[in-house]
Amino acid sequence: MTLKELETLREHRLKEIDARFNKNSNKKEIMVCSSTGCKSNNSDELIKVFKLEIEKNNLKNISVEHTGCFGLCALGPIVIVYPEGTFYCRVTPDGAKQIVNEHLVKGKVATNFLYDTTKPEQTTKNDVEFYKKQMFIARKGSEFINPDNILDYIALFGYTALYKALTTLTPSQVIEEVKLSGLRGRGGAGFPTGTKWELTAKEVAKQKYVVCNADEGDPGAFMDRSIIESDPHKIIEAMAIAGYAVGATQGFVYLRAEYPLAGERLERAIVEAKKYGLIGKNIFGTNFCFDLKIKYGAGAFVCGEETALMHSLEGKRGEPRTRPPYPAQSGVFGCPTVLNNVETYANIPEIINNGGLWYSKIGKGKSTGTKVFALSGKVKHTGLIELPMGSTLREIIFDIGGGIPNGKKFKAVQIGGPSGACLPEDKLDLPVTYDDLAENGAMMGSGGLIVLDEDSSMVEVAKFFLEFICDESCGKCTPCRIGNRRLLEILNKLLAGNGSMEDIDELETLSYFIKENSLCGLGQSSPNPVLSTLKYFRNEYEALIDKKHKLADKYVINKDKCIGCSACSRACPVKCISGEIKKPFEINQEKCIGCGNCQKICKFNAIEKV
Amino acid sequence: MAKVNLIIDGVNVEADSSDTILSAAKKAGIIIPTLCYLKDINCDGACRVCVVECKGKKNLITACNTPVSDGMEIETCNPKVLEARKTNIELLLSNHNKNCLTCGKNLNCKLQQYSYEFGCEEGKINGVKNNYELDLSSPCIVRDNNKCILCGRCVQVCKNIQATSAIQKQKRGFNTMIDCAFDKPINESNCVGCGQCVLVCPTGALLEKSNIKKVMEFLSNPKNVVIAQVAPSVRVAINEEFGYPIGTFNEGKLVTALKRIGFNKVFDVNVGADFTVIEESEELIERIKTNTLIPQFSSCCPAWVKYVKLHYPNYVKNLSTCKSPNEMLGAVIKNYYAKQNNIPLENIKVVAIMPCTAKKMEIEDDEDVDAVLTTRELATFIKYKNLSFTHLLETQFDNPLGHYSGAGLIFGATGGVTEAVLRTAVDKLTNKDNSNVDFKIVRQGDGIKETELNVDGITLKLCVVSGLKNAQTVMEQIASGKKHFHFVEVMACPGGCVNGGGQPFVDYTKYDYYQIAKMRAKGLYEFDAKLTDRKSHKNTFVTEIYDKFLLPNKLNHKLLHHEHKI
Amino acid sequence: MKGKIDENKLSEQNEIDQIVEKINSDPSELIHCLQIIQSKLGYISEYAVKAISKKLKISESDIFSVVTFYSQFSLKPKAKYEIQVCLGTACYVLGANKTLQKFEEKLGIKVGEQTADHKFELSKSRCLGCCGLAPVVSVNGKIYGKTTEDKVEEILKELV
Repeated sequence: MTLKELETLREHRLKEIDARFNKNSNKKEIMVCSSTGCKSNNSDELIKVFKLEIEKNNLKNISVEHTGCFGLCALGPIVIVYPEGTFYCRVTPDGAKQIVNEHLVKGKVATNFLYDTTKPEQTTKNDVEFYKKQMFIARKGSEFINPDNILDYIALFGYTALYKALTTLTPSQVIEEVKLSGLRGRGGAGFPTGTKWELTAKEVAKQKYVVCNADEGDPGAFMDRSIIESDPHKIIEAMAIAGYAVGATQGFVYLRAEYPLAGERLERAIVEAKKYGLIGKNIFGTNFCFDLKIKYGAGAFVCGEETALMHSLEGKRGEPRTRPPYPAQSGVFGCPTVLNNVETYANIPEIINNGGLWYSKIGKGKSTGTKVFALSGKVKHTGLIELPMGSTLREIIFDIGGGIPNGKKFKAVQIGGPSGACLPEDKLDLPVTYDDLAENGAMMGSGGLIVLDEDSSMVEVAKFFLEFICDESCGKCTPCRIGNRRLLEILNKLLAGNGSMEDIDELETLSYFIKENSLCGLGQSSPNPVLSTLKYFRNEYEALIDKKHKLADKYVINKDKCIGCSACSRACPVKCISGEIKKPFEINQEKCIGCGNCQKICKFNAIEKV
Repeated sequence: MAKVNLIIDGVNVEADSSDTILSAAKKAGIIIPTLCYLKDINCDGACRVCVVECKGKKNLITACNTPVSDGMEIETCNPKVLEARKTNIELLLSNHNKNCLTCGKNLNCKLQQYSYEFGCEEGKINGVKNNYELDLSSPCIVRDNNKCILCGRCVQVCKNIQATSAIQKQKRGFNTMIDCAFDKPINESNCVGCGQCVLVCPTGALLEKSNIKKVMEFLSNPKNVVIAQVAPSVRVAINEEFGYPIGTFNEGKLVTALKRIGFNKVFDVNVGADFTVIEESEELIERIKTNTLIPQFSSCCPAWVKYVKLHYPNYVKNLSTCKSPNEMLGAVIKNYYAKQNNIPLENIKVVAIMPCTAKKMEIEDDEDVDAVLTTRELATFIKYKNLSFTHLLETQFDNPLGHYSGAGLIFGATGGVTEAVLRTAVDKLTNKDNSNVDFKIVRQGDGIKETELNVDGITLKLCVVSGLKNAQTVMEQIASGKKHFHFVEVMACPGGCVNGGGQPFVDYTKYDYYQIAKMRAKGLYEFDAKLTDRKSHKNTFVTEIYDKFLLPNKLNHKLLHHEHKI
Repeated sequence: MKGKIDENKLSEQNEIDQIVEKINSDPSELIHCLQIIQSKLGYISEYAVKAISKKLKISESDIFSVVTFYSQFSLKPKAKYEIQVCLGTACYVLGANKTLQKFEEKLGIKVGEQTADHKFELSKSRCLGCCGLAPVVSVNGKIYGKTTEDKVEEILKELV
């Protein structure tokens, strides 16, 4: 493939899909979202119905294409009619018929399928509140291209970044651009991508590898799935660029087994890319050769951890190992390896084409560029949202997400999956950056955001994540294997009403132990849901205890007899007695568990049982 | 080697760049506790007991596999680290069957030791325990997953040292367990019974199958004549069980102890080894002369014999047809000694004291030896019988099966069988009584030792192997035609029988796994050097039995050889 | 009846032999090989493990170790319909537990079990990445969105 050939293909294809970009085009196109979400809502059926109706009505110059994800999953199936760009949602097969008969034949917008049926004049995507604040880099182009047609990707300047890198930049110059961009790993850890590539490039080895972590195990995260299903070539191109930068000739995409559609589309895309010589031997006539293979996960969340992933790639149990050595020195099959998340790679072509400096200006502080969030739970608009880093949680959940449905009140948002934290209402204005989140005991994670309302029990939420961790723990190290199990048992004890204040303290102590002693990131972050809910919603834990002790004895200090010696306060196991020395002390009735220690120790008979 | 400077517990330490925090600390006299770590075999950092605090790192790190770096500041026992270690052990205890008082690993168990040393609190952490059935299927080993702490040592040894992988981690999370494929009992797997897993297990999850009760029953029947026969490697290890340094050679107290326990006679398997040497050297010479069934493989190690049957069935015919010294002596006792002394067969019981767990499997097909006790079982038995071992006077093995040659003694070390065979074979081939009996070229092998020896115009190609992974390497070389040998000695246990699965437990925080065999073998070679009788065919007690009994009755082949059935 | 079972077993074994033959003799292909067998036959049999062991020169216990580590592999043949209720966070928050309980009630089995006629199998699934349609149920890979407990009967009727 030469540049000329690439450009010819682009020009030719652009003419064919003219309707998508040219309002005055004489062609029409119906684009139907075909990501897993909309597919399971029968979007395939819609395509059939459209084609049938178009034929029935003998309409010419109209094509029907399936596209990548639009992100507004709650309102799928999504359909856009070009060149007008009319944005239809919740389209049914009957709706498809209606769109053909009214919109295409009669030129009348089918207003009952618009985003806001009360505002029939707002017909395009730009009118949709959900998209107004979004900025697309990683997911740029998803909705314009047919993921099964490489020519669509080429039409949108696909593979030009690879060309630019291979023919005009040295590997270290590529790394410099990535470093300049400030891009940080989007999988959760936020490690500077440019630095990672640099460390791997430095190693001298006969074979190096580039790996894409597409295991996306976080419950509530589906941005990686969407990117691969919608725009598989973007990942292929990015990995080839990474291979060039670090000196790797082989790439692997480690894709979870639960994403069959993503796998299908990526397999097809790899075949296409090879056919056009965009990967394989001597790409663009240079010395650079790069091959790409998919390896499927087999159902283990821990394989999202990089060393576990690499072991799984090698056909072994997905058990992590200690580091050093780091993957940059010794990774897959003992060779230097770059391992990045899907979304990280998805940013690379734009960074190379527009320059690292351009990218670095987007975002906030050390968190540059955009982040794709998967918003779900108790929120009106569940789906994918891409925003510059530094946007606030309030913007994401309320401005874009539409807020809490059914008139309920916001309670908390779970960010970062099972490794993450639950943040309460007073954190809604927190800018979403790696550092701001870390300062508040939370973690970006993969970007999954689960919204919880007033009906959610935070202790139950903590239990849910802990159960998940116990199922997914690899079992290698003691703190995670046994510690998390014990943690879960204490939570269950509390939820059954058999817990005590000591159990809550034990929860906290054990959580910190697991955090500081586990072998890998999964274990080290597994107590985060417990710790964050304890930090912000401790009252819910304590309420579980009060349930039991409401029937218990209570003790009261007789102010006339108390001389303020503080002996009772020191003897209290739950520290519910307070006061100033030489003045009468007071027992907090809410916290008193009725143990009677204070009465036993008081030398002045100043404490009475009620 | 580049040097690295770091600070451990306030002490300036100069380490090599190849050191880990653990090994660097050791140089400074700081012993960081470890549980799953086994040098060169298991360095995963899984148990988290060896965690230390490193300045600048927010989480604790494992000392066993973190390399040192310049300027590192480590604290190995500050309150945070001590609390972490304690909690770690308490977690393990919360999922452990704590029947220490009656456990076979009592006083030798690392978990037990640390529970006390770290100040763990009984019942501090409680919860659901795994409840597994014991695997009692093997004659050699008992597996109790309720005591397993998933350190992974047994898996590593079985896979990487013994090329067997009979057991592996199954499932994941809290349900992870060490088991055979398809949850089958171990005797249905390809386990060869070598017992290396038992040696390296830090708790009582893996122990030998005890036969003490059986032997006590033999001894309690007044009609029985119970004979003990002691393997070469036992005398250089049993003393460790009573406080003597590793590798102390003393057979006198051992013999007295056996007599006090109630054995009617105490014979020596070294004598059996002398028989083996005579038979095996003759067999080897015959094979070399006729150029058939070369190479000849030694067959005294039952784990190795099973290994060949499982993985290289085409080479079973190359195994020497000789029985093992243990079996040979049993045959001589039951067929010669019993007749000589008019002891009815149903009343004579032969109990072998072995450094080996696989021998318990070997005797399942052998009528002549009735029970096998490991060195450890014997030590237990001695303590049970209220004997103060250190105070015992020394006595000698009983004759006619107590006087041995140095060749029979060195069977316990890797290379010992080969050297013993050479001492006889060289004499036979040269038809001389050669004064040189030290064939040091076959000693101190580190797993695979290839040598050549020129004897009377023949260049004997020899290979001494210990450890089944090494055996696998050599077998592949032989099978592919890359290497040719006349004689290959294989001992399944790395270092030879002195490091057998039945030998006394060693504290691996103090000694290296590979070091032990060398320390014990030294004792054997040193004693051999002092003996006058160092060649098997010069052992007159043995030659007398040949002359008076075996040869006239043409029984040497019938009693001392057997067919290897696959 | 026994003849039929033996026939099935034989044809299964033939299929396994064919699959194993085509695989590269590369130990890193283990998971891939197991995935093909799992998808074609619905489970990993002892015969399959032995066949793979010979081809890839990995011990049976090492293979079994991998099989029991990953959720994708089953040691028992699957039922005709594998009903997986997603218990990812979003689905959980929107009542997936109730959906699961309803399935248990209607099918008369607990999670992880099969109905006596081997028609239905009920299991929990990790997040399927369809959080926009929570709560989600997957039947033999087909996704059913917004399956609150009232939709359970509908789905079962469709399958029967």
